Amino acid sequence: MNNTTIASILLAGILTNNMVLSKFLGICPFLGVSKKTDTAFSMSIAVTLVMVVATAVTWPIYNYILAPDYTYLETIVFILVIAAIVQLIEIVLKKYIKPIYNALGIYLPLITTNCAVLGITMLNISENLNFIQSVFNALSAGLGFMLAMLLFSGVRQRMESADIPEFMKGLPITLVAAAIVSLSFLGFAGIGG
Amino acid sequence: MSKKYLGYFTNGLIKENPVLRLVLGTCPTLAVTTAAINGVGMGISATVVLVCSNLVISLLRNIIPDKVRIPAFITVIAGFVSVVQMLVKAFLPAIDKSLGIFLPLIVVNCIILARAEMFASKNSPLPSVLDGLGMGIGFTAVLTLMGAIRELIGAGTLFNFPITQEFISPMVIFLLPPGGFFVFGMLVATSNAIAKKNGKKTVETLGCANCPSRNACSGCEEKEAGINE
Repeated sequence: MNNTTIASILLAGILTNNMVLSKFLGICPFLGVSKKTDTAFSMSIAVTLVMVVATAVTWPIYNYILAPDYTYLETIVFILVIAAIVQLIEIVLKKYIKPIYNALGIYLPLITTNCAVLGITMLNISENLNFIQSVFNALSAGLGFMLAMLLFSGVRQRMESADIPEFMKGLPITLVAAAIVSLSFLGFAGIGG
Repeated sequence: MSKKYLGYFTNGLIKENPVLRLVLGTCPTLAVTTAAINGVGMGISATVVLVCSNLVISLLRNIIPDKVRIPAFITVIAGFVSVVQMLVKAFLPAIDKSLGIFLPLIVVNCIILARAEMFASKNSPLPSVLDGLGMGIGFTAVLTLMGAIRELIGAGTLFNFPITQEFISPMVIFLLPPGGFFVFGMLVATSNAIAKKNGKKTVETLGCANCPSRNACSGCEEKEAGINE
């Protein structure tokens, strides 16, 4: 995995190994915050931002502090670091970039307990990526998340006006629609090797 | 008195089943249920963490300051997850391999944080342990059921024993991500239909009301309400 080029990492993260639709990370925001395109967009921007920053911080922590003797602390250290990073990002945005804070602020606390962020930082470690590759992997996962969210919010808006059988209303039809969106992403399998 | 304690335990089994009624923990539900045995493994791991973290959080409920309770809960949960992770890695390497990253991700499983926040931080140790046990078993049961359905249709086996393999060719799509979404959708629809028949509330959206970050996320509820209109 160590010779992977940036281009193939980006391609895999966005299309072939899409975080939501093929790795099942970040399902909660995918199903919960995808009713409107603009909220879906803000949420994905916030997730992408946190994932890239979290990866840039956790990778050095793992490789220079925890490895090789204390790797069993990975889970506990990573989740605490991510929680601290989310708080920091919130404070910095609130102080210096108010418009972005107003747009993303409410999503940031949710992201601490989002499996996508912890998941991607751990995947970067388990796949033995180097620092640059890890950051790009996080970026591509975030963009893949954004693509899935935007596509799905479009699908859900179309469903609003559809005549759905009584027992399928609400969550069940959302899940079946997600199945079809995920099916379409299977078509990308094999691209980029 | 004993009936009350039984109530804490049975609550999580059907009435407030974490997966089908509260709709929490959807990520592992979809991801690991490609085989029934994975569902059992994931379910038991999460149950152990849930019972232990509920016990410890309930014991610490008067000590943890309200403002830092979420980070404190996460730390307790992460500790137990690391223990379970090491035990599974040492004794059940096959399960560890098939659960992969979702084993450490029990840390951010909403079921565990939600029960810590909604139940263990307000109740004494015994009810909290029973609640954790009931919720854990409810989680395990749904995961196993879903794993069994996907395994039976997708591979023609059940717990690795061939069942329909011989005469029906397996539909591999059920083992792939779309199959996960589809089977989960059907399970929620079935559970909704049963709930409706019994005059109970059906599940319309994701478990925002039970989300542990609900208080932190000021916009969640109003946003949901606004969009529903």
